[in-house]
Amino acid sequence: MTDVISTDVVIIGAGPCGLFTVFELGLLDIRCHVLDILDRPGGQCAELYPEKPIYDIPALPLVTGAELTSRLMEQAKPFKPQFHFNQMVTSLVKRGDNDFELKTDGDITFNCKVVVIAAGGGSFMPKKPPIPGIEAFEGSSVFYSVKKMEAFRGKDMLIVGGGDSALDWVNNLQPLVKSMTLLHRRDEFRAAPDSVNKMRELVAAGKMQLKIGQVTGLSGGDGLLTSAHVKGVDGSTSEVLCNTMLPFFGLTMKLGPVADWGLNLTENLIAVDTEKFETNTPGIFAVGDINTYPGKLKLILSGFHEAALMAQQAFRYINPGERLLFQYTTSSTNLQKKLGVA
Amino acid sequence: MAKIIFIQHNGAEITATGVAGMTVMETAVKHQVPGIDADCGGACACATCHIYVEPEWREKVGARNPMEEDMLDFAFDVRENSRLSCQIKVSDALDGLRVKVPEKQF
Repeated sequence: MTDVISTDVVIIGAGPCGLFTVFELGLLDIRCHVLDILDRPGGQCAELYPEKPIYDIPALPLVTGAELTSRLMEQAKPFKPQFHFNQMVTSLVKRGDNDFELKTDGDITFNCKVVVIAAGGGSFMPKKPPIPGIEAFEGSSVFYSVKKMEAFRGKDMLIVGGGDSALDWVNNLQPLVKSMTLLHRRDEFRAAPDSVNKMRELVAAGKMQLKIGQVTGLSGGDGLLTSAHVKGVDGSTSEVLCNTMLPFFGLTMKLGPVADWGLNLTENLIAVDTEKFETNTPGIFAVGDINTYPGKLKLILSGFHEAALMAQQAFRYINPGERLLFQYTTSSTNLQKKLGVA
Repeated sequence: MAKIIFIQHNGAEITATGVAGMTVMETAVKHQVPGIDADCGGACACATCHIYVEPEWREKVGARNPMEEDMLDFAFDVRENSRLSCQIKVSDALDGLRVKVPEKQF
């Protein structure tokens, strides 16, 4: 069943710019729903560099991606944003002036007046290793994620990778499959030590196989995989018999469905003006790394500025005819009440 | 200043001049060398600036650091001479450095 949610604003992307957009809109009494393809807020700060220090956030000489995210979440909290994680927006259609319909791959439909695209580098999607001919097996024998474990019961499974996804699925699927092989390029794993130990116990008990090497090719026909060709560290080649392969090489950012929404793009970035950061479709805005304009810098602080300015125009769309009073959080009791501090 | 030669998958060579202190990845991006995506912008967090250091340069360029070794798990066709170009700093000693760019980052 499809859920339908009606709201003023939908923000696509829960990275730093999306989160600060919640704050700026909140000060203007505009409530938001925030969607993200990841399972948590933070965007690149959460997925790519949670532990890495950022040095160019004004007034924060050093902050990690994870800490910046949690601070922005705290700042946005008074405005009670509603988050929808693990959702990719698959379509965005303009139905009329300030009337948009958005659909996600998780079967949620949103009707809203304003859309803010704060999608950074695009959608995080699983990396597809460039093994020759792999496309022919995708969706039938090669999968980049596990939706239903049961679908893999009784399979001859090859899992490739050395991170948490690879190891978690090795351990979780091993009891279900007919045979399990884990292939990784080295005998060291980035995954949590617990899962690595568990995997090594399964190997020791003869319940699965660990191979060190890299896939160079695949055999099979009609979309059905029969084996993977593996090159060992010493250059030797061997074959792993398998009818299902799950490669886990991390995530990469792709523009994804945004390209199909009729927005003007410049080199895969959304063109906006520098007064309202609005796209060529009135009511659809783009802030942060995903937009472009003359002089654009892909800095988090630029995205913050863009969010503050776009919020002004969003207010006009959502409250036509109402006068927008510019106020400071330092002196306005009205704003302080909204923030829950007065 | 150091000249860095990026050898494309098809054999074509692109020479870019790097400034000491910059990384090989930054040099490539500045000169729009195809095949160096550098999605994360140099945080050693994506493995999309993977290159192969030509054998005669491997010693001068040095070994991978542990974080880079981990990130290379996300690269494809990792070889002995694989490095992430965001982890190699340009210096005068690397003038003339030759690196191969993989067919595609993924």
